Parts: sequence; C-alpha cells; structure tokens
Amino acid sequence: MGLLDKQFTDENIIITKVDDLLNWARLSSLWQMGFGLACCAIEMMATSASHYDFDRFGVIPRPSPRQSDVIIISGTVTLKMALRIKRLYEQMPDPKYVISMGSCSNSGGPYWEHGYHVLKGVDRVIPVDVYVPGCPPRPEALLEGLLKLQEKIRNESLVINKKSA
Amino acid sequence: MALKTEEMVLNMGPQHPSTHGVLRLELKLEGEIINDVIPHIGYLHRCFEKHAEAMTYPQVIPYTDRLDYLASMYNEFGYALAIERLMGIEVPERVEYIRVIMGEFQRIASHLVALGTYGADIGAFTPFLFCFRDRERILHLFEITCGARLLYNYIWIGGLSHDLHPDFIRKSKEFIKDFRPNLKELNELLTYNQIFIDRTANVGILPAETAINYGISGPSLRGSGVKWDIRRNDPYSIYDKFDFEIPVGTGEKGTAGDCWDRYYVRIREMEESLKIIEQAIEQIPQGDVSSAIPRRVKPPAGQIYSRVETPRGELGYFIISDGSVNPQRVKVRAPSFVNLEVIGELCKGHMVADVIAILGSIDIVLGEIDR
Repeated sequence: MGLLDKQFTDENIIITKVDDLLNWARLSSLWQMGFGLACCAIEMMATSASHYDFDRFGVIPRPSPRQSDVIIISGTVTLKMALRIKRLYEQMPDPKYVISMGSCSNSGGPYWEHGYHVLKGVDRVIPVDVYVPGCPPRPEALLEGLLKLQEKIRNESLVINKKSA
Repeated sequence: MALKTEEMVLNMGPQHPSTHGVLRLELKLEGEIINDVIPHIGYLHRCFEKHAEAMTYPQVIPYTDRLDYLASMYNEFGYALAIERLMGIEVPERVEYIRVIMGEFQRIASHLVALGTYGADIGAFTPFLFCFRDRERILHLFEITCGARLLYNYIWIGGLSHDLHPDFIRKSKEFIKDFRPNLKELNELLTYNQIFIDRTANVGILPAETAINYGISGPSLRGSGVKWDIRRNDPYSIYDKFDFEIPVGTGEKGTAGDCWDRYYVRIREMEESLKIIEQAIEQIPQGDVSSAIPRRVKPPAGQIYSRVETPRGELGYFIISDGSVNPQRVKVRAPSFVNLEVIGELCKGHMVADVIAILGSIDIVLGEIDR
C-alpha cells in the first residue's frame, strides 16, 4: 500500500459513490494503444518521452489493442488503413475511448481537397471522443486533449437519468 | 519417415510498434528461419503527386515537409534547390549558411530518433529517453526560428521565411557544447553494450556490391564501407566550403555492412554534423534572407533532377515545368523507398527476431515510402 501502509490505528471504511470510484479508476490509468500513422506519431512519441512524460497521467503505450483503454489515432488515415483501424478498435475491451490527434484524422487536414486515398476524418469509421487540432499538434495540445478526455470520463455515470451536479 | 514441413506465412504489421509506421511485412518462414520477406506498402499513400499538380510551386513546400517527417528541413531544402536551379535564382550567402545549419541540425535530430527507437526496438528503452531529451533542444532551436516543431515550411524558394532568432547562435553553441558529452554517454549506454552488440553485429550483412546494385544510399550504403555522400561527391549549396569526414562502416564488431555498422555510421555522422554547424556558425555572414524570393514563381518550361543527401540517403526531385505557375509533375526519388527493397535479401536465413533489428538499422520513414 506504499505511503498508507500501517498508518491507521483501526480499520477504516471509505464512503463514496460507485460512479466516482469507477470513473476515478478509469481515468487514472488510461493505457493507450500507440497507433502511430504519420507525422503526428512523432509528436506522440515526444509526448511519451522526456520533457512531456505522458506517464504522469497514467498513460502507458501498449502494443496490443486487447490491453488498452484509449486509442490515439495520430496521423493520416488512408482508405487502405481505415478498415484495419476499425478492426483494431473493435478488438479493444470496453470501456474504450478514442482521441483523434491532428488535422488529418480530424478531417483529412491538408489532404482534404485532393487526397483521393485519404479518409476525410477518422470519425467516419470509429466514434471519436476528443479531437486535438493542429498539424501536428504540440505535445502540450495532446496533453490537453487527454485532460479533456479525463474530464469526460469523470462525468460518466451508471445511472440513466442522473441529475446534474 | 521424414516429417512433412511446409512454409508458414506470418504478417508483421501494418500496426506493429517496430515497423516504424504502417508497413506490412509478409514473412515466409521455415520454423523460425526466414525464407523471404515481402514488404507491402501503401498504407500511408497521401497522394503527393496529385497535390503537386494542383498547387503552385510555393504551395508544394508544406507537402514536401510531410514526406519524410523526421527530416522536414531537408525535404524543403531539396525542393527549393531544384526550383532555384530550374529558375536560375542565386540565393544570398546568408541563406545558404542558414540552410546548411538547419539541415545539419535536422540530420542530428533525425538520427537521434533513429537511434533511440532502434534501441527501444531491440530491448533497451533508456537510450530512447536520452535521445529525445537532446532532440527536444534541437526542436526548440527550430521553434524559436520559425515557430514550428516538426513541419516547418521554413525554407522557401529563393530564401527563408524568417531570419535567425537573436538567441539562435548562442543557443546552438550551448547545445553543441552539451551534446558532445551526451553523445559519449549514449555510446557507453548503447553502442558498446554487449547485449546490443550481440543483437546487431553480424546480423543483416549488406555487402557493398549488393548495396550498390540495389541503389541503396545514405548511412545504409556507408555502413557497407562505400564512401558515397552527395554532400561530398556532388556538392550542392555551400557544402564544398566545410571540412568534414564521411564515416563508413569498417566491421569493427563483426562484418562490414552489418546492423551495428549502419548504427555506428549514424553516431559518427552526428559528430560530423556538429563540426559542420560549428564552422557554419563561425563563418555566417550578415545579410537579408528574403531579397531573392521571387514574387511570382513561374519557371521556364523544362525539367530538372536535383538531389540532396538527407539523413536517409539520396532524396531526388524530378520536376517537369510547362511554364505555368503549377508544376506539371513533381516526382520524388525517396531514399527510404529504395532502401527498403533490400530487406528480403538482408533477412534471408535469419531468425524472426532479427527482422526488427534489420528493419530498424535501415531506418525507414513510411511517409516517404508511400508518399
């Protein structure tokens, strides 16, 4: 238990809501499936390397979709790749989240007009939670996108008609 | 009774952390021994030539950035050089110096990614963090100059988008001073690590003759002991003014042309790049960087092939002009595309785990292969 080891004289209980506990657990260790496609992948690598350190937010790159919670689509999605992305997304266990990183995966970006082989936005094949703009986005922008995703997860609920707090 | 065996086909990629992007390798195996490797490409085909047809000449520059996204400065450099030769533009000397400085910084940054990910691919994760630490400082230098970290649109036809930042020279000198010891540290950490040597020496041997026959260029060719560098053999810009060596592979840890040699050539090239930057910073003249930028880029009808030495090898632009403001065709001779072809030859007879070591040592960028 680390710091809390043998700190209490008696047994304790914690009272919290299931929503809060689940959401806290989910948002604090979002393992990402590194899906480097193009230029943005380099910025994604930079985000997980020195200086920016994605690990601070519990984000660890995993090579397999079956072990990951969030998929970061970083780069240009081509028609040839789109089917593979859909298949890999379907292999991820629920709950799963998608961050679309960069103009290309948001909308086709600079390849929007003449890119006959470029998918005009990854949201045409899989549902996207957070869009990070930029070509490529700075690592800070990706971190911001991750914080936005955490905010979104924090507001999820098991209850159908939850009264807004 | 003899056991019946048959060839097994294993797909590596297109989503694989060690294929450096979206490459699919079809491995034909006999047990764990590789009979053949067939690369399947096209997962990142971004229609560069189609865009080049539709854009004006300066508008193509951002798309050249996105070809080899680890060496964007050099892609722009090669493209601008080709158009300048086609139009007969003389660029100011200060521009040439800044281009060389930026190009060599880009070479270091690109090699740092290549070496860092190479270490990570074959099991040493720490060098990756060391390399990215130094790379961030180079990116900072680019950022204070032109505002972008990765894709710059900095080198324009006939000039540059911005002059150097007042702090640039001082910060470059600081970087060079700090980087030399860091490079030594990287050598101690990875280059002479016995596990690393065991994984890379005598693996994926590329004989010089094979390399030449396949048209390999860049560090992969020099790793085989061939002293061929376009900066020296066909000098462009002002590379003939600088004193630098061309490192070649000697088979120090195994056989000449193995993965370790290709790796080590990159380490030594970074030292040479530092030397070039130091000389350029000493000699850089004052002047205007935008005086030669043509107001309207409209080259005469004709064609040109112009090549530069990027961190990955010979990058050539073949440009056909029909006299209008749009290029009729911009064909890119991408070094990664040509270098990838040899992978089948290199992997034959090795184990599956060696494919990753061999692929990493060729240092490909998929954006440039598929274009």
